[in-house]
Amino acid sequence: MSVSARMGESAPAGGLGLRGRNYARQYWPFVVPAGFIVAAVIVFPWVFTLYMSVHEWHIGGGVTWAGLANYQRLLTDDRFQYAVLRTLYFTSLAVLLPMVLGIAAAVCFHRNFPLRGIARTIFILPMMATPVAIALVWTMMFHPQLGVLNYLLTSVGLPPSSWSYDASTVIPTLVLVETWQWTPLVMLIVLGGLASLPTDPYEAARLDGASGWQMFRHISLPLVWPHIIVALVIRTIDALKAFDLIFVISNGGPGTASETLNIYLYLEAFSFYDMGYASALVVVFFVIILLISLVLFGMRQRAY
Amino acid sequence: MKPYVIRRIVGRVFFYLSVFALISPALLVFLWMLSLSLKNEVDNMAFPPVFIPNPPTLDNFIDVFAKNDFLTYTYNSVVVSFTATGLALLFGVPAGFGIAKAKAARAAALIMIARVTPGLSYLIPLFLLFQWLGLTGTLTPIIITHLVITVPIVVWVMIGFFEGLPNELEEAALVDGATIWQAFRHIALPLARPGIVVATILSFIFSWNNFIFGVVLAGRETRTLPVAVYNVLTFEQVSWGPLAAAALLVTAPVLILTLLMQKEIVAGLTAGGVKGG
Repeated sequence: MSVSARMGESAPAGGLGLRGRNYARQYWPFVVPAGFIVAAVIVFPWVFTLYMSVHEWHIGGGVTWAGLANYQRLLTDDRFQYAVLRTLYFTSLAVLLPMVLGIAAAVCFHRNFPLRGIARTIFILPMMATPVAIALVWTMMFHPQLGVLNYLLTSVGLPPSSWSYDASTVIPTLVLVETWQWTPLVMLIVLGGLASLPTDPYEAARLDGASGWQMFRHISLPLVWPHIIVALVIRTIDALKAFDLIFVISNGGPGTASETLNIYLYLEAFSFYDMGYASALVVVFFVIILLISLVLFGMRQRAY
Repeated sequence: MKPYVIRRIVGRVFFYLSVFALISPALLVFLWMLSLSLKNEVDNMAFPPVFIPNPPTLDNFIDVFAKNDFLTYTYNSVVVSFTATGLALLFGVPAGFGIAKAKAARAAALIMIARVTPGLSYLIPLFLLFQWLGLTGTLTPIIITHLVITVPIVVWVMIGFFEGLPNELEEAALVDGATIWQAFRHIALPLARPGIVVATILSFIFSWNNFIFGVVLAGRETRTLPVAVYNVLTFEQVSWGPLAAAALLVTAPVLILTLLMQKEIVAGLTAGGVKGG
């Protein structure tokens, strides 16, 4: 079963062969040890976060019951609301561009050509590279006076940009790096979809005189659609959660111009040590991510 | 020449140009990184920029090791990533087998939700827990938090591989009186070796690359490489050459692994869309 099937489509019934349904229970001993780890490092933090979010909890101070006060504070916290807007702005661009480029790249890499393997490997290097390392290199490239990017811009007659050093350009700049880094993942998922396509519809269409574009639009796209949705959901979640690049390149600045939810969350927790409020932020952030992913997943049900 | 021949040639040229356009941003950034790391300080600060290091120098790399405790950080990173990956394999491979065979869709969904959750939401509770337990300042908390990344990757990849294996061999063994454990150990496990390779590589890479857990939990002596590059080098006003050299050293193992194992990595990522943190 493919991942896309596991991610929401109902699993085919049966398939347990001669052992029948009751035998499923015999497999639980295999899962229990990992279950303990998951409970300790994944489920416990979720529950504890919920618990903290209804408490006043400063590091060094005491812990007192706060009810929903932390959540109420969110409603009047301008900094939080701007962070939400910035996150949505960043995410919409950081999803759109990698999706468009990633699908185009997948169509390219689906074709056979000499050196395809090495070209594909180079193409996916950005997503495997250590984010902090490449963020530092980009920061040097963005330098307004000494950076190589402004040199390239001016040498082809374009005006220089202040990149991540100016409030008006910082988010598009971060989107540029995010696109550079994560387009390969979209490409790989869509490429996986293209690779699993049957060949018969194309032969039939070609006999009927369909053009390349018609075949892409009416055969490839509908068949690859589920993979595109999976890529879309994964990209959206990752863009919402983006941290390393923003933290290293702009650290939320200049001022608060690139302070997304994740960065604000980090500051509340580990600069201001306001753990209760940060936990409420986490809960809301998680709900936002979950809602957006569910809405996007709904799109796969849509008849194409 | 006939028109359709011309069209085909133009089409082919256009195609190669698009492939070139697709891979050049990746290529150029890494080449620029290399260039920065091999140039002396005068050339790095020159405008217009010097593109080809002339002559190339290794001073920046020597600098990185001489002025910082880079070996300690490397050791930390190696210990953390290997331990977190090893533990994840130890627990995650059987779990993937169990979930795949029992068709436990809910357990698989839990793993998926773990993938959705922002890394910081694990960090706050675990940070408080480690403080309370007095574990801060050792590598243990960092290894434990890296399990948040590695366990879901391993389980997720292994579910896919075990689901793809034919049931017949195992069923034959069970009919012949083997226990489920024996069927797993002697039949499923050897067959799933390619899956284990994929899971190991991905889990190692995403653990190695992780920044957010280390930046909060690591003390002066327990920094992993990504944290060290960020903390030590940027705050001490280090010049560009050593910084690029350090960045290259941190990411080189991952890049080399990707180049060597590209087929496995592509297979794993295509199937799972996994990514840690």
